[in-house]
Amino acid sequence: MESFTLDTGATAWILVSAALVLLMTPGLSLFYGGMVRARTVLNMMLMSFGAMAVVAIAWVLGGYSIAFGSDIGGLLGNPLEFLGLSGTDEQSILAGSGVPFLVAAGFQMTFAIISTALISGAIADRVKFGTWMVFALVWVLVVYAPLAHMVWGGGLLGADGIFASIAEPVDFAGGTVVHINAGMAGLVLAIVVGARKGFGKEPMKPHILPLVMLGAALLWFGWFGFNAGSAGTADATAGLAWVNTTVATAGAMLGWALIEKIRDRHVTSLGMASGVVAGLVAITPAAAALNPVTSIVLGLVAGIACALAVGLKYRFGIDDSLDVVGVHLVGGLVGTVLIGVLASDGGLIFGGGVSLLLVQILVAASALVFSGVLTLVIALALKYTMGWRISEADEAAGIDITHHAESGYDLGSSLITRRDRIAPAPAAPAAPTPTTPAPANHDDQQPATAGDAR
Amino acid sequence: MKLITAIIQPHALQAVTDSLREYGVSGLTITEVAGWGRQGGHTEVYRGAEYTVDLVPKVRVEVLVDDEDATTLTGVVVNAAQTGKIGDGKVWVSSVEQVIRVRTGASGPDAL
Repeated sequence: MESFTLDTGATAWILVSAALVLLMTPGLSLFYGGMVRARTVLNMMLMSFGAMAVVAIAWVLGGYSIAFGSDIGGLLGNPLEFLGLSGTDEQSILAGSGVPFLVAAGFQMTFAIISTALISGAIADRVKFGTWMVFALVWVLVVYAPLAHMVWGGGLLGADGIFASIAEPVDFAGGTVVHINAGMAGLVLAIVVGARKGFGKEPMKPHILPLVMLGAALLWFGWFGFNAGSAGTADATAGLAWVNTTVATAGAMLGWALIEKIRDRHVTSLGMASGVVAGLVAITPAAAALNPVTSIVLGLVAGIACALAVGLKYRFGIDDSLDVVGVHLVGGLVGTVLIGVLASDGGLIFGGGVSLLLVQILVAASALVFSGVLTLVIALALKYTMGWRISEADEAAGIDITHHAESGYDLGSSLITRRDRIAPAPAAPAAPTPTTPAPANHDDQQPATAGDAR
Repeated sequence: MKLITAIIQPHALQAVTDSLREYGVSGLTITEVAGWGRQGGHTEVYRGAEYTVDLVPKVRVEVLVDDEDATTLTGVVVNAAQTGKIGDGKVWVSSVEQVIRVRTGASGPDAL
């Protein structure tokens, strides 16, 4: 093995990128949280935070190894090889850029986290938190890490894989591994878990759109780590990825706005924020393969395609609550496949013929099938063991109060702050006669202690 | 004693309260409400799906008055709140059996 030479510039950039990508997950929690109703905002945010907790640990205890360990059958890496993230810098996946093992492994951890968190948008307001946490743990190890191995870790769908003889597949930062994967998983869960009560009849609109826009902004900011950081070093490719990321997103916002103006007669903030995400998703696999002009084109196409796609769920009766499918699956497919058309090196319009296009379609389809089948197995296993759904009554009252005993907004209205009070201390137990049970919440009940300030 | 209840357009609130203050009422209560009357709802499109909006936001103004002031004050409210367009709202008068001032315990017209 070659000796490792530390490149502090590259390492600094990857450290920053890792922080940027990690910021995407709490950013996602704001984006998603603002899109649900006020009585379920906390649970929605907790699914992202919970994913951070579970996946970070799972990554250390086997996830990284499955993704980037020595190849087993083209499907996964040796799970024990880098257990506990024990590896030398020579074994770093960015050794060639002079980036140490732990920096590169940590950077990849943040990808696994956001990929898992993305799925939660499809099952808003209605699933048990415990089941979600178990799902996150199993999914990252059984679906995400192997797919990462197949595309990036030297497996079947990568540069040494089964399609490479036709053309080398391109997925710069995770169009397949992250977005097609999470999008497909979201679709499967939305179907297995079932629709919210009242879906299609009751309006279920965002409750705090400024938060959605803030979330989109943080996602965009963090995405620079996602795309430009995937260059593996601080160089011109990173710069290309940065510019492409920005202009594709700009194009997608305008594409989405155009569809809204034509179809709905008004542009919305939710639409612009969604356009941001759609563009970011689409450029993810293509950030280094396109040029700034073709990136604008890709963004426009993605914005239009995703804006049209999000309306389809009502026709199929699938409650993909926060449009994970319409944005991540569709956007991921658009980005991955259109590389075959728009890539500066090998794209159809640049005289590259159809080989790259064919390979991109094949890789996208493979990722779809892999993710769909395995996620289905996990989803069904959980459905018939722990169970996914909370009760109908709990869902109607709001999962925050029924499952977390919390309310997102306690804004000082006298009606809200005086809804509950500190329970009086229990009476001394000496009396042998049975005491009548104390009535609950009666306004005239005297507090047992002087501490009841309300 | 009478209670005048007015359901008005939210943007008419300033004009109504100003007029009532000018007239000289001793107090009033305001609540935000929603409802429907002949104004009806409307349809709007959001993210590709159609929504019917049935309930329209309004403001409710309540004023306690002496019997002899009721007719005049309803006129004051109607004049201040009227725009001539659908959705202007409604005003009604109901009888009040008893009014008590919390601070002093006084009741009757002294409590108004």
